[in-house]
Amino acid sequence: MHVAQQILFIITAIAAIYMFTKKVTAMRRNIMLGRKEDLSDNKGQRWKNMTLLALGQKKMFKKPIPALLHLAVYAGFIIINAEILEIFLDGILGVHRLFAPVLGGLYAVLIGFFEVLAVLVLVSCLIFLVRRNILKVRRLNMPELKGWPREDANLILITEVILMSLFLIMNTADQTLQGQPGAEHYIVTVPFWVTHHFKSAFSGMSVSSLIGIERTCWWLHIIGVFFFLNYLPYSKHFHIILAFPNAYYSKLIPQGEASNMPEIQNEVLYMMEPDKAPAAIGAEPEHKRFGAKDVTDLSWKNLLDAYSCTECGRCTDACPANMTGKKLSPRKIMMDTRDRLEEVGKNIDINKEFKDDGKSLLNDYITVEELRACTTCQACVEACPVTIDPLSIIMQLRRNLVMEDSNAPQEWNLMFGNIENNMAPWKFSPDDRDAWTQDVA
Amino acid sequence: MPIKSMAEFAASGETPEILFWVGCAGSFDQRAQRITKAFAQILDKVGIKFAILGKEEMCTGDPARRAGNEFLFQMMAYNNIHTLNGYGIQKVVTICPHCFNIFKNEYPALGGTYEVMHHTTFLQQLINDGKVKLKDGGAFKGKKITYHDSCYLGRGNGIYEAPREVLQAFDTELVEMKRCRSNGMCCGAGGAQMFKEEEAGTTRVNFDRAEQAMETGATIIASNCPFCMTMLTDGVKNKEKEDSVKVLDIAEMVALSL
Repeated sequence: MHVAQQILFIITAIAAIYMFTKKVTAMRRNIMLGRKEDLSDNKGQRWKNMTLLALGQKKMFKKPIPALLHLAVYAGFIIINAEILEIFLDGILGVHRLFAPVLGGLYAVLIGFFEVLAVLVLVSCLIFLVRRNILKVRRLNMPELKGWPREDANLILITEVILMSLFLIMNTADQTLQGQPGAEHYIVTVPFWVTHHFKSAFSGMSVSSLIGIERTCWWLHIIGVFFFLNYLPYSKHFHIILAFPNAYYSKLIPQGEASNMPEIQNEVLYMMEPDKAPAAIGAEPEHKRFGAKDVTDLSWKNLLDAYSCTECGRCTDACPANMTGKKLSPRKIMMDTRDRLEEVGKNIDINKEFKDDGKSLLNDYITVEELRACTTCQACVEACPVTIDPLSIIMQLRRNLVMEDSNAPQEWNLMFGNIENNMAPWKFSPDDRDAWTQDVA
Repeated sequence: MPIKSMAEFAASGETPEILFWVGCAGSFDQRAQRITKAFAQILDKVGIKFAILGKEEMCTGDPARRAGNEFLFQMMAYNNIHTLNGYGIQKVVTICPHCFNIFKNEYPALGGTYEVMHHTTFLQQLINDGKVKLKDGGAFKGKKITYHDSCYLGRGNGIYEAPREVLQAFDTELVEMKRCRSNGMCCGAGGAQMFKEEEAGTTRVNFDRAEQAMETGATIIASNCPFCMTMLTDGVKNKEKEDSVKVLDIAEMVALSL
């Protein structure tokens, strides 16, 4: 019996880890489809950012209530996962509570602590479900979440509730079994802090049914964990992993600074000072699209941003355009980028290399109207707990619209013309620029 | 009061302490000209030798860049940097946070590196150094003031306290809006929105923001940006509150209190 369980466990574990690795490798490849951007500088500052923002969740605490609930789920998730190590080893070796004899009294303290966390996770997830589905918190009920994104969020929360329940039921059955004749496999531990109080729920049950319950919960829990592991990369929930590299690679320059386009800087320089232009002996640089039309025109960091987004909507909640009813939603910019990237990735999986599908991020996913509504106020950038930069994508798409498609509203074309001819965005004579000096008291 | 251009300084072989970068709004917009004049008056009063570029000044290219027209931005940047470097300019003070951001963050990569200050930081230093003294606690005694963080001074460059310190020098009550500092809300003008109609929505960004400012009960909305000034003033007018609520730049408030 034990051997069969061991074999089954090992097969399940290998399959789960294999599928997860395969999907993550594909995601990594997708991210690398982005343009190169060197972010290998300032390692000290980057480690600090990762520690404060991802590990320490610094920005989450701008909204204290969700921050505390999230902290409970996050801490619970990470710390309880230490228990997965034991479950994993037990599964492979066919033993039960491998660490109990080794750790002695500390073991019960650890498990007790895990149980308290499990209860906190369970309660927090239930509150999150209420916030989403009953209280209908504004940022969690916006149009871009219709359909799959909302189901995704609920599925994650429900899975966590189930996993934590299984963990607690398993421990309760285990506690009840301890010391009973016929359950020698269940080594006797010091009572666990939480589940030991619920032993009465199982009183009067036979040893075999208790073992049945314990084993069922053990298996469902670990299968649930493996399922969750494989669900992660298809879900918004992958942020639990990518928040770390994303915080590490976050922008270190002031938020107000727009990225430079050296290719255009040089073009202007060669136009103004032709002697500086390099001799044109077949050294034409490869034509790079100005700005971004599709995901592959964006930088790899923009694409990492897209996979790191957990669709919390703090960005959209802070967006002045969105608040005043415009179509722009920074969260949708990130979701669209991810969806398009996944589509491009699948295209490559099928065709070995990208085969033109006549679609692009610009227009097919993100409309001109959305892009036009942005005031570049950086509220979205500031709001993101994991330092995602939707503005960077918006700016690159705007650049493509204007420079490749000459697509600008008439008023902007007039403004461009004024700047070019009158050196000011309005139609005033440059000679009048200092006219104000005439009557300063 | 005579105001000398950089060309005039160069011709007489003199060097000004600072270059006052006026910006397009400050040069041409009638309302914003009052900010420009107020700041020039303060500089004059304190005895700081300053120059303007005058007719040689050009748009920094900010609205072009934010709209996506990088080519035009680079052209303007090239010309401005050429002029400034030609005069050997070291220190720039500007009344526009968009110009400030461009000078501080975006021109250095293009060969234009200057010490740049926004006028509110400059005023804070003058007050701290005792060079500017507000008469009898300033001209706004007992009034309720709220301060609007512009995006490119605040979030863009992390300057939240200097303008507030200037306002605290006044004998007034400073009340904050719900959305302030890093969570401050845009006036609606940034990203070249100033130069086009807003997209369809339920309201205008500036109407919303001006309402937030008026909800504090303040009778003065202090701003630091000529574009925020326009937007908030329009927002106040929309509620027909222009008689009881004034939008003033911090420089104007200081100039009125000397």
